[in-house]
Amino acid sequence: MDLFFNPFDNLVCVLLGISFTVWFTMLLVFIIVPAIFGVSFGIRRLYMKTLLKIFEWATLRIERGAKEKNHPLYKPYSNAIIAKEPTSLEEEIKEIRRSGSNKDLGSTPEFEMSDIFYFARRGVESIMDDEVTKRFSAEELESWNLLTRSNNNFQYISLRLTVLWGLGVLIRYGFLLPLRVTLAFTGVGLLVFLTSVVGLLPNGRMKGFLSEKVHLMCYRICVRALTAIITYHDSENKPKNGGICVANHTSPIDVIILASDGCYAMVGQIHGGLMGVIQRSMVKACPHVWFERSEVKDRHLVAKRLSDHVQDKSKLPILIFPEGTCINNTSVMMFKKGSFEIGATVYPVAIKYDPRFGDAFWNSSKFGMVNYLLRMMSSWAIVCSVWYLPPMSREEGEDAVQFANRVKAAIARQGGLVDLLWDGGLKRAKVKDTFKEEQQKLYSKMLVGTQEDRSRS
Amino acid sequence: MGSRASTLLREEEIEEIKKETGFSHSQITRLYSRFTSLDKGENGTLSREDFQRIPELAINPLGDRIINAFFPDGEDQVNFRGFMRTLAHFRPVEDNEKNKNLSNTEPLNSRTNKLHFAFQLYDLDRDDKISRDELLQVLRMMVGVNISDEQLGSIADRTIQEADTNGDGCISFTEFIKVLEKVDVEQKMSIRFLH
Repeated sequence: MDLFFNPFDNLVCVLLGISFTVWFTMLLVFIIVPAIFGVSFGIRRLYMKTLLKIFEWATLRIERGAKEKNHPLYKPYSNAIIAKEPTSLEEEIKEIRRSGSNKDLGSTPEFEMSDIFYFARRGVESIMDDEVTKRFSAEELESWNLLTRSNNNFQYISLRLTVLWGLGVLIRYGFLLPLRVTLAFTGVGLLVFLTSVVGLLPNGRMKGFLSEKVHLMCYRICVRALTAIITYHDSENKPKNGGICVANHTSPIDVIILASDGCYAMVGQIHGGLMGVIQRSMVKACPHVWFERSEVKDRHLVAKRLSDHVQDKSKLPILIFPEGTCINNTSVMMFKKGSFEIGATVYPVAIKYDPRFGDAFWNSSKFGMVNYLLRMMSSWAIVCSVWYLPPMSREEGEDAVQFANRVKAAIARQGGLVDLLWDGGLKRAKVKDTFKEEQQKLYSKMLVGTQEDRSRS
Repeated sequence: MGSRASTLLREEEIEEIKKETGFSHSQITRLYSRFTSLDKGENGTLSREDFQRIPELAINPLGDRIINAFFPDGEDQVNFRGFMRTLAHFRPVEDNEKNKNLSNTEPLNSRTNKLHFAFQLYDLDRDDKISRDELLQVLRMMVGVNISDEQLGSIADRTIQEADTNGDGCISFTEFIKVLEKVDVEQKMSIRFLH
């Protein structure tokens, strides 16, 4: 009996040993070494092209299935559901009054019961479709990408599609996820270890050079840990020392995407736990701007530290996300003016994700960080485009808010995003009463304005 | 497959809603998508807080009155049927519908029903007449702090004087219809769908 099992055991051990060695060698050769040197074999792009072909096939099958059952196919509203006319309060109420006017044309009525129609219609329009709330949940896809999480209304899924979906689940959770998690741990571990090592060196050019290399290498490993396929455009506009880089914010991954192509000084609040460990070791190698929780509220302190940093030309450009919160990558919301008051050159960057391969948006009210990262690592891939826009400075006679809006408009235009004036903070907070008061004031002018005319005549 | 798919609308329900409200199949599925995205509690109904979360509605001076129109007396949850029934008031009136006699009941988006929706925005206590007090309260919502009590009072008095034909000091629904008989209600109280 013993003799029978021993060679079998040996064989299994040998096979396991060989497969592990092969696995790690491949990992090293195909992923880690290219990450160190910043080159790419093009495997990820090939993977992306294959996936696209599969998605197209899946879409055709769903459409065919719908036609066979003779049911209308659900097309998600990527644009608006309803037609909204961009008329102002004054124009519309005047129109309503004009249509029902049984008075002579000379006197303008001060109040009509029909005025309420304007408010009623606007209110119900916003219930059917508003510009703000849809920015805080994941974008709906035009066609299914074989992920359960994005199957909102896609019925008519045939057997073949289900098989494909099952295969996808196997590949994503059985092969890609473990691979990515291994890489993530490697990347983060190396980052913490190597930055601490570099931190031991005396300050000088050598330290700066090494710190750059270490940061880039670890971020590149993290990029591969997410299977992120990034296309950088206009790299000649990359941010330089003494400047501030601003970008639209969709997820914490934005940082990894930008930092794997250039070196930045990060800005943020010090966290506890693993995040805190990473932050503390990063700052040993090169100066990042980390704030204690209590300091974050003090706007003057924040502004002073940031402007001190940009004035020192040997320090790296600061990376800031002025929206202050994650938006779902269909629009750009209000930029907080703090970073635009400092007076440094602003380098705008537009980041646009392709949602077909995996939705990068972090819906922080629905998912915690760990859950989010797991979802990221079990999607097909993260595909995005990064545009480096030409630098901008505050012009004469322009205040910080106008400057911020100008930069925001440039980013929105480049990324193909909707430019909104609404505050991203509306994700959690209530809207300020001042907006309602503005509307009330406008309407009051319509009622009272005519009184003044009457008293004059 | 997935939690969203399990809350898909059944075909029978879509047909029922179509008959009751007149919305098309695609409009109903789209509005259902909207309903579920507003339903943060994921329990199939909307509360007043769910509506107030819409910033554009929260800054509307009559936002609270409009939200109230979705909740029949005393209740504070509205399901999808109720949601559609209220939204149906704003469906545009199509020409062929004006001649077609659908069923015994009047379609939800008829001129009278649209006017009734607006009437109920004024009628705070739902007693089918607009008193001077109610009119003042609604006016105050629309103008905020920008007009004095006396001015507002005189505006309310003048409005009631012009509309009140039976002299009871309140505006009934019939009087309301009479005052607005020339206004293009069908167009001003309609929302056009893009699909």
